[in-house]
Amino acid sequence: MLELKNLCYQAQGEDGPADILRNISLTVADGRLVAVTGPNGGGKTTLAKAIMGLVEPTGGQILWNGADVTGLNVTQRAGLGISYGFQQPPRFKGLRVRDLLELAAGKSGLSQEECCQYLNRVGLCAGDYIDREVDASLSGGEVKRIEIATILARPAGLMIFDEPEAGIDLWSFSRLTDTFRAIHESRKSTLLIITHQERILSLADEIILVAAGRVSMQGPRDKIFPEILDATAGCSYRTGGERGECL
Amino acid sequence: MSAFDNEIDRELLRQVADLEAVPQGAYNIRKNSQLDGRASSANIEITSKPDKPGIDIRVKAGTQNESVHIPVIITEMGVTELVYNDFFIGPDCDITIVAGCGIHNSGCETSQHDGVHTFYIGPRSRVRYVEKHYGSGDGTGGRVMNPQTVAYLEEDACLDMETSQLGGVDSTKRYTKVTAGAGAEIVITEKLMTHGGQSAQSEMDVILAGEGASGRIVSRSVAREQSEQVFYPRLIGQAPCFGHVQCDAIIMDRAKVKSIPAITADHPDAQLIHEAAIGRIAGEQILKLMTLGLTEEEAEERILNGFLR
Repeated sequence: MLELKNLCYQAQGEDGPADILRNISLTVADGRLVAVTGPNGGGKTTLAKAIMGLVEPTGGQILWNGADVTGLNVTQRAGLGISYGFQQPPRFKGLRVRDLLELAAGKSGLSQEECCQYLNRVGLCAGDYIDREVDASLSGGEVKRIEIATILARPAGLMIFDEPEAGIDLWSFSRLTDTFRAIHESRKSTLLIITHQERILSLADEIILVAAGRVSMQGPRDKIFPEILDATAGCSYRTGGERGECL
Repeated sequence: MSAFDNEIDRELLRQVADLEAVPQGAYNIRKNSQLDGRASSANIEITSKPDKPGIDIRVKAGTQNESVHIPVIITEMGVTELVYNDFFIGPDCDITIVAGCGIHNSGCETSQHDGVHTFYIGPRSRVRYVEKHYGSGDGTGGRVMNPQTVAYLEEDACLDMETSQLGGVDSTKRYTKVTAGAGAEIVITEKLMTHGGQSAQSEMDVILAGEGASGRIVSRSVAREQSEQVFYPRLIGQAPCFGHVQCDAIIMDRAKVKSIPAITADHPDAQLIHEAAIGRIAGEQILKLMTLGLTEEEAEERILNGFLR
């Protein structure tokens, strides 16, 4: 189970301190698929990074399976079964797709068949990719799909994906949503997915809407999804939402 | 006593020539300025130079899928040598040459190997030339290597040269000069890592002299601690040709790297490109590998190993 208690993150901007996360508290039960959505700049990525340890919160607590991981570094959290798919994954001169998959899986000498399993699930043909370097010769969409494949290769109790749909073509996206559905149905991992995609939102057990650094809506998909659609549809006609802000 | 009889020699030979035992085919092992072992094959003849230190290697026309190993090891301090090795490769060959120098210095005096390798590569011949430099030993004496490689490629010949120096060499000044004839292809891949107070300099002149010649220089280096590196690859197009220079360096700690790729077109149909980049390891790369369970140090090593693979 993942629990966030009063999580805060304050960044130092040019105009002084800026509150990126404001007292975020939430609980995600094991085996759930939770979609986090909300406007750009609302704090979603910072929230996900704080859970992985990529951002150090300025206040609050993060508990994973009952243990306080707030003070642990990224490696330690990875060791406890937290994984994270970057929105804009880095490229590596000299590291091949196979290398990243092996590092992710925690074992060397992955067979072509094993690599194939992970890559096929993001719509890539293993034979074309396993020996390619993850460098500038790959397109943004290819790097993104390889990034997701590394998370699939990694045995993790909590899989965090930051906008997995970004940069991915429609065909691969369809394959990806099937993969998320299959992981979810197996109930082996908890999925926390930052997304703007209706097809992923529709897979979620629960939707959390993060805006202006706060959880502004949270609940079962069937309740929240229509409210979000209503709010976003109305957005362009209103100067502000009920809370005085556009979602 | 053979160079395979003790652990230090074996380790040097493993490092510089991937040798665990006496190699198959033609070879020449030089140890502490003396001949330690030699064999010619039916197609590849190795002879000592009559007038100066070094050997001549003659490869018969049409020799296919053969290799020549010519490692040099130095295990005594205070050895200084200048060696000339000349390769005469006939037409239509396809061979691999593995050279390299390992110095183990546990003493206080500098040991130095300067080698001049000259290749005459006949028409349509393909040569893969692998050269590794390695130093070990905890002595205060320097381990110095100054290799020179000169190659002449005749029509449609191909030279694929891989050089690497991944540790232990205190000072190196490398010079490479290749002249490519019509349709000839030259690929140079240079990998270098320096640390401590080491310094490395690599200068190259790659002359694309014949129509349809092509040249590719790829240099990847890592400079750690207070080491210093200078790269000066020069690509000169004298005919309709294609050439590409790419220098990439990762800089760490207080190291210094200077990279000066130069391209010169002496012909209007010479297409030449250069790229050079120097920078630290990107923080995102380290973080990504940490999310896969590596520590920061492990992530850094993995990135460097991949970069220099």
